[in-house]
Amino acid sequence: MSEFVVELKNCTKRFPGVVALNHMQLAVKPGEILGLIGENGAGKSTLIKVLTGVHMADEGEIYVEGEKKTFHNPNESAAAGIACVYQELNIEKLLSVTDNIFINKWLKKGFLLDYDTMHQKAKEVMASLGQDIDPRKAAGTFGMGVQQMIEIATAVLIDAKMIIMDEPTSSLGEKEVEQLMKTCRDLKARGIGIVFVSHKLEELFELCDRVTVIRDGEYIDTKPIGEWTNDSLITAMVGRSVTNQFPKEFGKRGECFLKAEDLCIGGVLDHVSFEAYGGEILGFSGLVGAGRTETVRAIFGADPLDSGKIYIKGQERTIKSPKAAVQAGIALLTEDRKGQGLVLAQSIRTNLIMSSFAFHSNGAFLDEKKIEETGQGHIEALRIKTPSIDEIVGQLSGGNQQKVVIGKWINSDADIYIFDEPTRGIDVGAKVEVYNVMNDLVKKGKCVIMISSEMPEILGMSDRVVVMRGGRVMATVDRNSSHFNQEDIMKAAWGGSLDE
Amino acid sequence: MSKKNSGGFQLGTIAALAIMCVFLAIANHNFYSVSNLMGILKQTAFNAFLATGMLMCLLTAGIDLSVGANAVFCACLMGCLKEAGVTSGLVLMIIGILAGACVGFVNGTLLTRLHLPHPFVSTLGMKNVLWGLALVVTNSKMINNFPSSVEFLGKATIFKGFGGGFPVSFIVVLVLYVCMGVFLSRTALGRSIYCAGGNIEATRLSGINTANVLTFCYTLSGVMAALGGIVSVGRSGICNGANAMQPYDTDAIAACIIGGASFNGGKGTMFGTMLGCLIIAVLRNGFTLLSISGAVQNMVLGLVIILAVLMDVLREQMEAKRRRLAAAK
Repeated sequence: MSEFVVELKNCTKRFPGVVALNHMQLAVKPGEILGLIGENGAGKSTLIKVLTGVHMADEGEIYVEGEKKTFHNPNESAAAGIACVYQELNIEKLLSVTDNIFINKWLKKGFLLDYDTMHQKAKEVMASLGQDIDPRKAAGTFGMGVQQMIEIATAVLIDAKMIIMDEPTSSLGEKEVEQLMKTCRDLKARGIGIVFVSHKLEELFELCDRVTVIRDGEYIDTKPIGEWTNDSLITAMVGRSVTNQFPKEFGKRGECFLKAEDLCIGGVLDHVSFEAYGGEILGFSGLVGAGRTETVRAIFGADPLDSGKIYIKGQERTIKSPKAAVQAGIALLTEDRKGQGLVLAQSIRTNLIMSSFAFHSNGAFLDEKKIEETGQGHIEALRIKTPSIDEIVGQLSGGNQQKVVIGKWINSDADIYIFDEPTRGIDVGAKVEVYNVMNDLVKKGKCVIMISSEMPEILGMSDRVVVMRGGRVMATVDRNSSHFNQEDIMKAAWGGSLDE
Repeated sequence: MSKKNSGGFQLGTIAALAIMCVFLAIANHNFYSVSNLMGILKQTAFNAFLATGMLMCLLTAGIDLSVGANAVFCACLMGCLKEAGVTSGLVLMIIGILAGACVGFVNGTLLTRLHLPHPFVSTLGMKNVLWGLALVVTNSKMINNFPSSVEFLGKATIFKGFGGGFPVSFIVVLVLYVCMGVFLSRTALGRSIYCAGGNIEATRLSGINTANVLTFCYTLSGVMAALGGIVSVGRSGICNGANAMQPYDTDAIAACIIGGASFNGGKGTMFGTMLGCLIIAVLRNGFTLLSISGAVQNMVLGLVIILAVLMDVLREQMEAKRRRLAAAK
C-alpha cells in the first residue's frame, strides 16, 4: 500500500488557449496537513477541481490509497473519499443544520425521512467538531465558522479520507480561525489527510506538516515546514524570470490628479491612502480580495464610502455616484467587462457613446454623423476587428470587447483612467495594444491607475506600485526604489513589511 | 440595434397582419367595410397608448402591470371630479394626466429608490390598489355625461363622409408613435433606456443615472395610461371602476411582444409595437365579426402571447447557433 492517501501524478489540464496545469503533482499522507500555496492564477483552483472531479484532467493519474481512480463527476470523487470545503460555502441558509449535513444522503425509515436519527447524528458529529449546537436550527442563524463546520461535518460523515480546504480562514474571525485549526488537528489525529490552501503564511507555519508550492500551473517543490522560511516560500512562488514583453514608455510626472485620504468601508477598506499623478501609471498589486477593486469602485462612486476624503487636482470632491465621477473626470474600466463594462446586446456604436452622450449630441438629438466619425476613428486607432460599427458587441472577441470599453472611456475625455485587470482573458497581441493605450494616455499627461494580479505586468508597466492586503495599503514602491522587484512586492502582498 | 435583424422580423409581423386581414375579408364581408376598418383604428388607439408605456418598461427589462387599472382609475377620478362640480374639461384632463403620472412615478420609485425586487411586484400591487381606488372614487357607480372636450379625443372623427369618419384618436396615436420613435432612437435618454435594459450595471458605471432613467419610464407609462383613460371615456361615454380588472395590460404586453419586444429588455421598437396593436385589434374585431365568445377571445389572446414569446426564444436560439457556426468557421 502507498504511503499516500491521495496522490496526483503528472497531471496536465488544458483550457482553450492556456495550459492550466502542466505535469502537476500532489501527494497527501494520511494524518497530515499539507499546505498548498501559489500566486493568483498559479492553478490552485484547477488543481482542486481536478481532485474533486469537477474537471477531468487531460493527462495524469489519481491514486486513492494506492488504487488508480478516474473521476467523471464530483459524486465519484466524493465516493472515493475526497471532500472539499470551498471558499464560497454551499450552505442553504434557510434549511436546518441537519438538512445541510444530510442533503442528498437522507436517512429514511420506509418512505419517510428519519429526522430523529438524523438530528441525533448531526448533533453528535457537530459536537465532535467542537460545536455544541441544536441541529434543528436554520444554518443561516449561525456564523461563518459554524457554517464551515457544517461542511466539514458533511465530509466527516461520508468518511472522507482527504479534505481540501480552499482558503478556509479568509472569511473567519480570529476566534473562529483558532477553532478551525483545532478541528484540523483533530481530523489529522483521526488519520484524515488535509490539504490547506491559504494566502496567510503565518497560518501555514502554525498548522502544516509539509507545504507544496505551485507556480504558473507547474509543480515547484514540497518540503517539510521546518525547511521553509518566509523568504524561501515567496521566492519559490514568484521565481520566474521577468522577460520584457512590456513596451513601457515614460510620461512626464505632472500634478497630483487624485489623492485618496483614509478611505474606509467597514470590514472592507481600512484607511486607504494614496496619490496618483498625471503622466504616470500607478500600479495596484495584491492578492485577490486585498481590496483593490473595492478601493477604485468607492472612488468611482459605485459603492458608498463610510469615511475618507477624495481630492481631484487638489480640490476635495464628494463623489456619490458614477455619474458624479464621470463629471469629475474619472473613468473606470471594470474587471468584469461583460457584466459591468458593456451592453452586449447593443452595437459598438451605442456602447462607444454611453459615457459621452452630451459630447455626441447636437441640441436635443444625437449627432449620428459625429458618432460615426469618432467611432470609426476608434475602430482604426484601437484596431477593433469588426465588420462594421453596427456590429453587436456580444459577437466580438474578448480583446476587441476590451477595446470597445477603452474607446468608450477615451470618448469621455477623462483625466484619470482606472484600469481594473485590463488584460485578463485577452490574447498577447491585444495585451500589447492595451499597454500602448496606457502609454499614449500618460504621454498626454493623463493619470493612469492599473490594478493587476499579474506581477510581470505590474513591474513592466507601473511607475509606482501601491501594494494592498486585507483592505490596507501595505507599501508604496517607486520604480527607482530597491524594493521594485517581485520578491519585495510579493512579500508586502503576503503581509511582510519592507524596510525603507 | 441591428437594423437588418429587426427589419426581417417585422416583415414577418406585417405578413401575419396581412394574412389575418385576407382571411377575415374572405370569412366575413363586413370586415372590409370602411366603417368596420375605422372601428378597428378607434379600438387600436386605446391599446396603443397603454402599449407605449408598456414598451418603455419592457425596454428596461421591467413590466408595468398597472397600466390598465391606471387608465380606468384616471377616468374614474375625472368622473368623480366632474360629479363634484368641476366643469372645465381641460382641468379634468390635466388632473387625470397628473394622477397617472403620479402613479407611474410611485411605481418607478418603489423599484429604483426603495429597491423592490422586480416591477412585477410593485405594479401588480398597484393594479389592485388602483382597482379599489377607482371603485371608491366613483362609489362603484358608472358615471357619464362628461364635458365634450374630455370626450373629444376618443370620440371625434374627421372626413365625416368616410364610413363614419377617421378617428382623431388614431391620428394622435400616429403622431405620438413617430415622436416616440425619434425619441427612442435619436436622443441620449432614449438610447440610455435601451442600454439600461441591456445591462443596467454597465450603464450605471458609464455615468448614467439609471435610477432616474427607470423612474422616467414608469412615469411616462403612467402618463400614457392616463391618455388611454381619456380615450376610453370618449369612446364609451362613461367611466366604470369595475373595468380596472379587465385584461387591458395583457393586450398591451401582447402588442409589444408581437412587435418584437423582449421580456429580457433592450429590444423593441415603436413601429413593431404599432403592428402589434393593429394585430390585436384586428384579432378582437375578427372574433366579434365571427361571433366568437369573449371567453374564447381571452383564451386565444393568451395563447398568442405565449406563442409570440416562444417565437422570440426560438429566434434567439437560432441566432446564437448561427453565430457559433460562423465563429467556428
